Amino acid sequence: MDEIFGIPTPLLFGQLLLGLINGAFYAMLSLGLAVIFGLLNIINFTHGAQFMMGAFVAWMLLHYLGIGYWWALILSPLLVGLTGVILERTMICRLYKMDHLYGMLLTFGISLILEGIFRNQYGSSGMPYRIPSQLSGAWDLGFMFMPVYRGWVVVFALFACITTWLVIEKTRLGAYLRAATENAPLVQAFGVNVPRMITLTYGAGVALAALAGVLAAPIYSVNPQMGTNLIIVVFAVVVIGGMGSILGSVLTGFGLGIIEGLTKVFYPEASATVIFIIMVIVLLARPAGLFGRA
Amino acid sequence: MSLSRRDILAGSAGAAAFGALPYRSAKAQAANTIRIGVLNDMSGMYRDISGMSSVVCARAAVQEFAGRGFNVEVLSADHQNRADVGVNIARQWIDREGVDVLLDVTTSSVALAVSDICREKNKVHINCSAATSDLTGARCNANTVHWTYDTWMCAKSTGGAMVRAGGDSWFFITADYAFGHALERDTSNFIRAAGGRVLGQVRTPFPGTTDFSSFLVQAQASRAKVIGLANAGADTTNCVKQAAEFGITRRGIKIASLLMFINDVHALGLPTAQGLVLTETFYWDLNDATRRFTNRVRSAMAPNMPAMTHAGTYAGALHYLKTVADMGVAAAKADGAAAVARMKAIPTEDDCFGKGTIRADGRKLHPAYLFEVKTPAESRGAWDYYKLLQTTPGEEAFRPLAEGNCPLVRS
Repeated sequence: MDEIFGIPTPLLFGQLLLGLINGAFYAMLSLGLAVIFGLLNIINFTHGAQFMMGAFVAWMLLHYLGIGYWWALILSPLLVGLTGVILERTMICRLYKMDHLYGMLLTFGISLILEGIFRNQYGSSGMPYRIPSQLSGAWDLGFMFMPVYRGWVVVFALFACITTWLVIEKTRLGAYLRAATENAPLVQAFGVNVPRMITLTYGAGVALAALAGVLAAPIYSVNPQMGTNLIIVVFAVVVIGGMGSILGSVLTGFGLGIIEGLTKVFYPEASATVIFIIMVIVLLARPAGLFGRA
Repeated sequence: MSLSRRDILAGSAGAAAFGALPYRSAKAQAANTIRIGVLNDMSGMYRDISGMSSVVCARAAVQEFAGRGFNVEVLSADHQNRADVGVNIARQWIDREGVDVLLDVTTSSVALAVSDICREKNKVHINCSAATSDLTGARCNANTVHWTYDTWMCAKSTGGAMVRAGGDSWFFITADYAFGHALERDTSNFIRAAGGRVLGQVRTPFPGTTDFSSFLVQAQASRAKVIGLANAGADTTNCVKQAAEFGITRRGIKIASLLMFINDVHALGLPTAQGLVLTETFYWDLNDATRRFTNRVRSAMAPNMPAMTHAGTYAGALHYLKTVADMGVAAAKADGAAAVARMKAIPTEDDCFGKGTIRADGRKLHPAYLFEVKTPAESRGAWDYYKLLQTTPGEEAFRPLAEGNCPLVRS
């Protein structure tokens, strides 16, 4: 059997694919973070809790109302996005003119409160959520069994990333958003309701986190701390990609997923730290990140 | 009004006497009060097997023991699964708050560190939810009692059952800290002793691993018949969930969930968890006594259900208080090692574990039960999850005294 560095080639291909799938989650989460930072200048530490809420709302819809996965994919981001809108209108909007640190402290505090509420209500062990029957099963790729659901995650995440990028870079709405980031009073003078646009942007960023949460619910344990572990990695992804760079975070998300996947084969003990080592190196060489503008 | 010197003197003497009164009575009260510190994970992944539910169980024991001529106070704190945080709280409790016994102490790495502190300060450590068998092995001491279960017991009961069922080649997915290493080591010893082979293992970072699919695919590629999960909590539920997703169990590879609690089964749901084999020393629906205990504590810990670790916390606290009543509060507070020696001398009895004893190395002995998770059709409702497969008596369930290398036994 062919081997690369002592690892059989089929196993290596399998790991590359799995890395790509994990990268899809990183990409989706870092995308929401990058949108919020790029357009609102807020470092949204609540993102992990909002990812968790996305998964929990999917579970609640099923458990209390009997609404399944497909509807949850639409309803959960909408509901969690709505909580984001309320959060922005009542609290975050007061911080735009202040130092980044205030936004970070506020959102971090809110995420602790949200996780605490869910922990008190539902415990820390988690809730069961099954893969929808249409997406269960696996394909035999020769070098590994590929669950249908993981394939769906990659395709859906790519679709969500490309759509978001197109909306921001290629549409009139996106042009308004980018212009408002550069010079809000001027855009407002042209008759655009900038505060409402900013609120909806935050809501959309939060909805992206919730969408990733619904995608994660059938394969990861749905528990209140599920966002905590992931969010630290995702922040590293955003920093490596370049704060605020949308394309940068998507590409870095997929790239780092693959690097992490390979580390899991060659030196599993370091798989939780490898991303941070890369972050340090990137920050030393390019302080603005790989795709950021200095 | 003018104050003479005599008035001032009389006034200050009176004030001093008045002030000293509550101080002296507070001191007298402190001397007659046993302080129990429940130190565990209140906010992380082990919260449901310890957390405030353990505090509820400790209080249940205290309530049962009320009116015996001394007071008992229960304190609680969150060590966040970090040994440094746990050590700081333990020191502060002992030095400043006058805590006499540290109870529960989940997470092996924290438990080993706290055990050393209790020895150094001569206090009592009753461990009810950490897993490492080193607490009564190479790292044992005269101040520690290990109550509920340990890695050796899980390895023998669950691991042994899997090997007997034909699972003679293993691959481990191990949480990379004291507990995971101990569980992997103890299980490997049983597999090799039974003529089986360990084909490999991966050490996964703890905490911080969410996706185990890479490790599961590696395990599958090793062509082992059994994948041993030397982890716990969300790590185990994630592994079981993802193994089902990757069709690993469908292709005949067995998953050995070496340490699994009823709360994990609840989190997975029966459709995913059915058929898993696991070992516990307490199940709420085991007999009338366990059901009685569950009824007493259930409402205060809802929506959680008592796990074996909660039962251990209750039973450990109850036995300690029995010992205090027997030897006197002053003697128990003055010398932790003497209190533990006395705990070992008195036989134990409670609703959760029945009759038992504590061995010289600090190991509490009681039966271990091998359960199989029911199918959804077999279950009569929420929390009706286990079928009893086999009972191992206490003397056989735990590592023999001579094999643990505990310095207390050798000397």
